[in-house]
Amino acid sequence: MDTPQTFFGWIALLWDQYGLIFLKGAGIAVYLAAAGTALGTLIGLLAGVGTAVPIDVDTPLPQKVLLRLVRGLVALYVWIFRGTPMMVQAMVIFYGASAVFSWDLDPLAAGLFIVSVNTGAYMAETVRGGIQAVDPGQLEGAQAIGMSHFQAMRLVILPQALRAIIPQIGNYLVSNIKDTSVLSVITVGELFYLARSAAGTYLRYFEVFFITCLIYLALTTAATLLLRLIEKKLAGPRAYALVEDPGA
Amino acid sequence: MATAPLSVAELPLSSTDAADILQVRHLSKRFGAHIVLRDIDFSISRGDVICIIGASGSGKSTLLRCIDHLEPPTAGSILYRGQPVGGEHFQVDRYRAKVGMVFQSFNLFANMNVLKNCMAGPVHVLHASREQARAQALTYLKKVGMAAYQNARPDQLSGGQKQRVAIARALCMHPDILLFDEPTSALDPQMVGEVLAVMRQLAAEGMTMAVVTHEMQFAREVSSRVLFMQDGIIAEDGTPQQIFEHPKNPHTRTFLQRFVHR
Repeated sequence: MDTPQTFFGWIALLWDQYGLIFLKGAGIAVYLAAAGTALGTLIGLLAGVGTAVPIDVDTPLPQKVLLRLVRGLVALYVWIFRGTPMMVQAMVIFYGASAVFSWDLDPLAAGLFIVSVNTGAYMAETVRGGIQAVDPGQLEGAQAIGMSHFQAMRLVILPQALRAIIPQIGNYLVSNIKDTSVLSVITVGELFYLARSAAGTYLRYFEVFFITCLIYLALTTAATLLLRLIEKKLAGPRAYALVEDPGA
Repeated sequence: MATAPLSVAELPLSSTDAADILQVRHLSKRFGAHIVLRDIDFSISRGDVICIIGASGSGKSTLLRCIDHLEPPTAGSILYRGQPVGGEHFQVDRYRAKVGMVFQSFNLFANMNVLKNCMAGPVHVLHASREQARAQALTYLKKVGMAAYQNARPDQLSGGQKQRVAIARALCMHPDILLFDEPTSALDPQMVGEVLAVMRQLAAEGMTMAVVTHEMQFAREVSSRVLFMQDGIIAEDGTPQQIFEHPKNPHTRTFLQRFVHR
């Protein structure tokens, strides 16, 4: 086989040989980022809503203790996972499970878990902020017609808070697409991991990672555009139709 | 009205004060060192239209918020149909379902259109069917002249329109009493009239109302009783004629003069 003489020659050869593998790696990166962001948002919602339950003079003692416990646990969770690098968390969890509990985790499953809890830690704070940013009058309006705290949350506060934090969720999704690359340290077969082994074969690091770079850029661009579209949809129509003869 | 009864059980009437819907007994409220309400004592009977007037900071809104249990009182008590408001076995959600509140800042749900704002309470709190809640919402929206706007979102409405929807939303709960916390204070002058007209109509139909307001004309013409508040106490309590024509308290006189000369 002829050795390519030019940069583009190498690109063509590498794409020809590893294109499918790159795309598979990209698929895994997207899967980890999308599923991780979704699960992380769910964790963040639970944590954010749990810490937003008010404790006042009317709260019965057992409930008070439980709510304080929830707040403490969430604070501990956020402190640990926001305060350490995801790459280190991956190492500790993956190798810790094997060393301490003799669990051999599936790298992909472990990777999803790590991305999720990491995103969840950031999202808990984001959701808490989103809930606090909703006009307090909205909660009072809901309470004034007899809604319970959780009804008010579900029907009035969270829909508004979620809409406000969608750009932030988008940020996490884009970050996660890139940051899944650190999971190569626990042998998750995502894009970076596969690119590195491909580069090793021909010892063409620049060309391989140039391709990798373009793929990441394409993925993050697609994610950004998709989120813009969702935001636009959620904003709803600017106009409304008057009902001329409102029959009751 | 063409609406079927909704499924919230009436709370038992107390045998002693059947006519009194609400009794406020020696109510005090403190925010830290700041005393906002001192020893407030009055009752609201069925069909009363009570206007609460007084300078800003005299405690009018806090009193109304205490009645709706949005602010827990520091001392004293409130009885609703003879049952204490607050405390261990008090079901605040059921109480608020029967005591309507209309806010200065409307507080319409920003994520729902006009119709859904009016359906949310009946559907989720009173467990009415969607069709029933919808029909009833349209009835009340018609009453306040907002049925044509049923598909609009709150941020697409003027202040007066928002407040009329907020009144319709409160009416959809079939309240025993409606509390109005400065319902026209956030409105442009030309919109005040449309909201007051709705409130006049409700009063004429016999709705029990407690209204914190700076609209002296309204207080004078519509209320059955006027409370004048000053520094956290009820300084004067009487019929509109007594308060507006023969105020006994010098503070009441000074306060009302300021309104006349404005």
